[in-house]
Amino acid sequence: MAHDHPQSSGSKSEHAEEHAHPTWSVYWKIATILTLITAFEVWVYYIPAFVATKLFVPSLLIMSAVKFAIVVMFYMHLKYDHKLFRALFTGPLIIAGATMVVLLFLFGHLVVG
Amino acid sequence: MATAAAVGHGHPPTTTGLDHRKIAIWAFIGSECMLFTSLISTYLVYKGRSVTGPFPHEVCNPPQCATTLQPILNIPITSVSTFVLLMSSLAMVLALAAVQNKDKPGWAGTGWWARQLESSKLWLLMTAILGATFLGFQAYEFTSFVHEGLTIRKNLFGSSFFTLTGFHGAHVTVGVLWLLTLLAIDMRRGLGPKDALNVDIAALYWHFVDVVWIAIFTLVYLIK
Repeated sequence: MAHDHPQSSGSKSEHAEEHAHPTWSVYWKIATILTLITAFEVWVYYIPAFVATKLFVPSLLIMSAVKFAIVVMFYMHLKYDHKLFRALFTGPLIIAGATMVVLLFLFGHLVVG
Repeated sequence: MATAAAVGHGHPPTTTGLDHRKIAIWAFIGSECMLFTSLISTYLVYKGRSVTGPFPHEVCNPPQCATTLQPILNIPITSVSTFVLLMSSLAMVLALAAVQNKDKPGWAGTGWWARQLESSKLWLLMTAILGATFLGFQAYEFTSFVHEGLTIRKNLFGSSFFTLTGFHGAHVTVGVLWLLTLLAIDMRRGLGPKDALNVDIAALYWHFVDVVWIAIFTLVYLIK
């Protein structure tokens, strides 16, 4: 974005790194990856033998997290943007995620041991 | 200096050298993360604790229910609507790229496809249509649930499900209205690189709505 000029950016390489957004062909490849992961998620949902295993929930959570990270890094350009934006997003996300895990422990959905 | 650069780009110097509007949208998105996590947490805490059906993934048999009720979530339909929302994110980044490169004719290459890529109007319209399509799927889903006996007051699942997905749908609605506003401006006077930040802020909001749905789709619809 033309407006995002970090004040502390002394070097041209740092400046270039923060502005080198992907090309449209990269955006299409990312969309294809997201679609394939979603299709795979739905596919495993319909395999009763896999659903019955302990791998089902972790595998879905991992695939979902990968999709989440891809959209945030490439479509929202967080990979290329200023670190302050990263902090503004990941800070609340970590607090929110930790709160969710604590609540699930508190209400007995997650059990230690 | 970055301050001078910031002045040069039409906004007053800031202590960070970053545009305040972009900092504000990221702070807003951070707060929205906490809102949606609280709603998802509520859904997960109440999951499996409804005393009467319909249930999301399980059959409800008498005497728990008056008649046998099938699992209510429609995974094929929701998978399609998830795909639609993912494609809307693709259309949004293409709209932003078209606005940012408006002053560089031929940036996408040559030929018919490259000309389409350079049209911000096309991609803004496409994003809005895909967003509206997603809302249509959600309206269909809500209507069919109500017809099958699941309302927001029926059980814990209904309360937490409609609250969570309803809040998300409201965010998508705001996003569609925002996109249509940008499209109207684009048709009236044209959007160019000087407007890129405004489109970027709308795009960040739209992608956030998309990532929230990525989490909801897995945690609510797929995990039994």
